[in-house]
Amino acid sequence: MKPEELTSMMEKARADMQAFDHHINVCTESGCISLQSDLLLKTLGDEVKHRGLTEKVCVKGVGCMGLCCNGPLVKANTTLYQNVKSEHAPAIVDSLSSQPVQELLCDTQQPFFTRQKLIVRENSGRVDPESLIDCIAHGAYQALLKVLTSMTPQQVIQEIADSGLRGRGGAGFPTGLKWATVAKAPGTRKYVICNGDEGDPGAFMDRSMMEGDPHRVLEGMAIAAYAVGAQQGVIYVRAEYPLAVKRLTKAINMAHRHDLIGHNIFGTKFDFNVEIRLGAGAFVCGEETALIASVEGKRGLPRPRPPYPANSGLFGCPTLINNVETYANIAPIINNGAASFAQIGTEKSKGTKIFALTGKIKNTGLIEVPMGIRLKDIIYDIAGGIPDGRAFKAVQTGGPSGGCIPADMLDITVDYESLTKAGSIMGSGGMIVMDETSNMVDVARFFMEFCMTESCGKCVPCRVGTYEMHELLDRIYEKRGTLDDLQLLKDLCGMVKQTSLCGLGQSAPNPVLSTLRYFEHEYLDLINQAQASEADRNAAAKGESIKLEVLS
Amino acid sequence: MTSAVSSGESITLKIDDKDISCRSGETILAVARENNIDIPTLCFMEGLSVWGGCRLCLVEVAGSPKLQAACATVCTEGMNVVTASPRLKEYRKMIVEMLFAERNHVCSVCVSNGHCELQDMAVKLEIDHVRFPYRYPHLQVDNSHDRARMDHNRCILCTRCVRVCAEIEGAHTKDVKGRGVLAAIIHDLDQPWGESETCTSCGKCVNVCPTGALTHRGTAVGEMQKKTDFLPYLTLMRRTES
Ligand SMILES: Cc1cc2nc3c(=O)[nH]c(=O)nc-3n(C[C@H](O)[C@H](O)[C@H](O)COP(=O)(O)O)c2cc1C
Ligand code: SF4
Ligand code: SF4
Repeated sequence: MKPEELTSMMEKARADMQAFDHHINVCTESGCISLQSDLLLKTLGDEVKHRGLTEKVCVKGVGCMGLCCNGPLVKANTTLYQNVKSEHAPAIVDSLSSQPVQELLCDTQQPFFTRQKLIVRENSGRVDPESLIDCIAHGAYQALLKVLTSMTPQQVIQEIADSGLRGRGGAGFPTGLKWATVAKAPGTRKYVICNGDEGDPGAFMDRSMMEGDPHRVLEGMAIAAYAVGAQQGVIYVRAEYPLAVKRLTKAINMAHRHDLIGHNIFGTKFDFNVEIRLGAGAFVCGEETALIASVEGKRGLPRPRPPYPANSGLFGCPTLINNVETYANIAPIINNGAASFAQIGTEKSKGTKIFALTGKIKNTGLIEVPMGIRLKDIIYDIAGGIPDGRAFKAVQTGGPSGGCIPADMLDITVDYESLTKAGSIMGSGGMIVMDETSNMVDVARFFMEFCMTESCGKCVPCRVGTYEMHELLDRIYEKRGTLDDLQLLKDLCGMVKQTSLCGLGQSAPNPVLSTLRYFEHEYLDLINQAQASEADRNAAAKGESIKLEVLS
Repeated sequence: MTSAVSSGESITLKIDDKDISCRSGETILAVARENNIDIPTLCFMEGLSVWGGCRLCLVEVAGSPKLQAACATVCTEGMNVVTASPRLKEYRKMIVEMLFAERNHVCSVCVSNGHCELQDMAVKLEIDHVRFPYRYPHLQVDNSHDRARMDHNRCILCTRCVRVCAEIEGAHTKDVKGRGVLAAIIHDLDQPWGESETCTSCGKCVNVCPTGALTHRGTAVGEMQKKTDFLPYLTLMRRTES
């Protein structure tokens, strides 16, 4: 495709879109599909066809609109409907030219929508992820065009560095710096990898990105490849995300057909190809060196770093590895400029962050908020607080590598530094909310069980340490624990953190450490109860023997 | 080949307050051992690729917040390394204790009793008891091979056998299945060893095994002694040939 063609394609697609009088968008991501939104989409399409309105009403499937708990969501022109079922299709079509369907209305003026800032997800819920034309109409590949026709690789890297973007995969490493390292690394063959493994329990931000706007991820990867000097990209997705795989595959094929990836993109000398690799669903394969081993066809085991993938990664070549959301941030940075991106957020954490809200919270789903927002505003304002009149207890960020933040810390802002200071981490964006009915020892035990079963078994501290920590947590929770067990647990936490080979083991003790920091009394209560019931048992046994003596 | 040939550039560093010079590309472990500074290891074996799994060789490097595995970390100019701080000694003890708690190590009935690297390590690290809950897993003994025996109760998953079989013998009969504490050494596609089509019965795996997990058939308590001198010899021969 030539540069002019993209523009003319965009203009034509926009004109075609405007030719419709009405637009009905139906969410067709995994969440809503599990509530049969695919059937709903078909029923709406049929309804429009039967009424002979196909010229006037455009019905399409789109990505996630965020409020997953009230799905399936449907947007009819500017009106948002929730909990929509197939039988509502006629009413919705009727409503296009009259009054909205009252009982299905979803208030778009509630804080859940108004307090979000959509940059990465701006097109999610607006574009049809399976239609390249629709994505182009909404501006896809404009950033790639700009980069290839008017910027040098160095300028691209500088722009990303100036934006202050940090990796969204967990550790928050400055993206510009990473790109510069790969660009500088000697070697003619380089790779870019997109980490779509997303193994944290309760996290589905990346899945939504890949299902809802796959071209944005591809575009980000292509820009990265140009910047670092790579020709080949790999997207690593877990096989448990079949819809993401299907849409990414389709997106790659369509982009290929229109020469948006492949040879001599936009008539320049830049070549870029992408392939998808499926992971078999091991949490450790999200760790970059394990992921690379897995792509190479080996067992997915981490290896000691250095060498870092930036110098020696896939097949020993310099390799850039970034998270899905990191890549999805690239196009808006290029389009709107680093400065506009850097305006959002705090001094060290720029831009927005997507979170997956789950657990004991009213509004579960996906949100994108500016960095620096108070945790309290997310929990009570955006997410609507705790249901059933219960009290908030803690929120777990960062999944099994993160920690719990208690109620009296909710004033902290959401950025890499303050979350770390509070004993948790930003992580990839999972937020699990717990109410007063949760026991924190049980929570710690849950995450430790996850780490224990996901430990790859390569290094001793994590392989055996997670088992032992789980065993001790189990004892304490089941009221069989002692103060010695608690001390041993603490010793293990320190040791496993310091000596494990990869991030999985190094962060596995975090949920224990943070619950000990804020909720140690719950551990002690259980241990006291254990002692009390032991004393009771002893007394009972004694009573028993006294009785026997009397009898004899 | 496995060990990187150092480029010859000279480097000076400090290990345990001792001024030492070495060539660039050499690991902390190699340089320390050349200079008679003992860093304990279990999964490391000269001549095989670096694994980095036992974590016994962790050392402190000034300026680095994280502990570094001496077997996998290359010396750099001006490095200051501490190999045996109280913290490191404590961690090493805990690691070896965890290995004892993980499977069923009953030295009194082990064919390797008295010639076992795990046992020697416990002595060296002055371990007097195991503070962690024992797992007591139910594990198999694979007696199907006509010359050797694999007792999973005594395996510490160092993967030396896997590496020697793949890297030196070239058979790649052995590998690891499963995750976490359920990981285990397997033969071919998890068949009994005796049914393996790739095993050449060379016996290298038996000799590199640090414990009584891999032994010759017909040995009884304390009778199994390993011979590891073939490995440096083979590695040297292959390097000079190529
Ligand atoms: C156990 C473990 C699991 C991980 N899982 C993921 C994951 O699912 N997705 C991801 O993007 N990064 C994951 N990471 C982080 C990656 O190793 C890597 O840092 C990241 O992909 C880099 O991308 P970024 O700089 O864009 O954040 C994981 C790390 C560890 C230690
Ligand atoms: S820390 Fe855990 S997951 Fe990472 S290498 Fe060690 S055993 Fe494997
Ligand atoms: S005997 Fe030789 S070929 Fe057979 S498993 Fe052991 S090292 Fe491999």
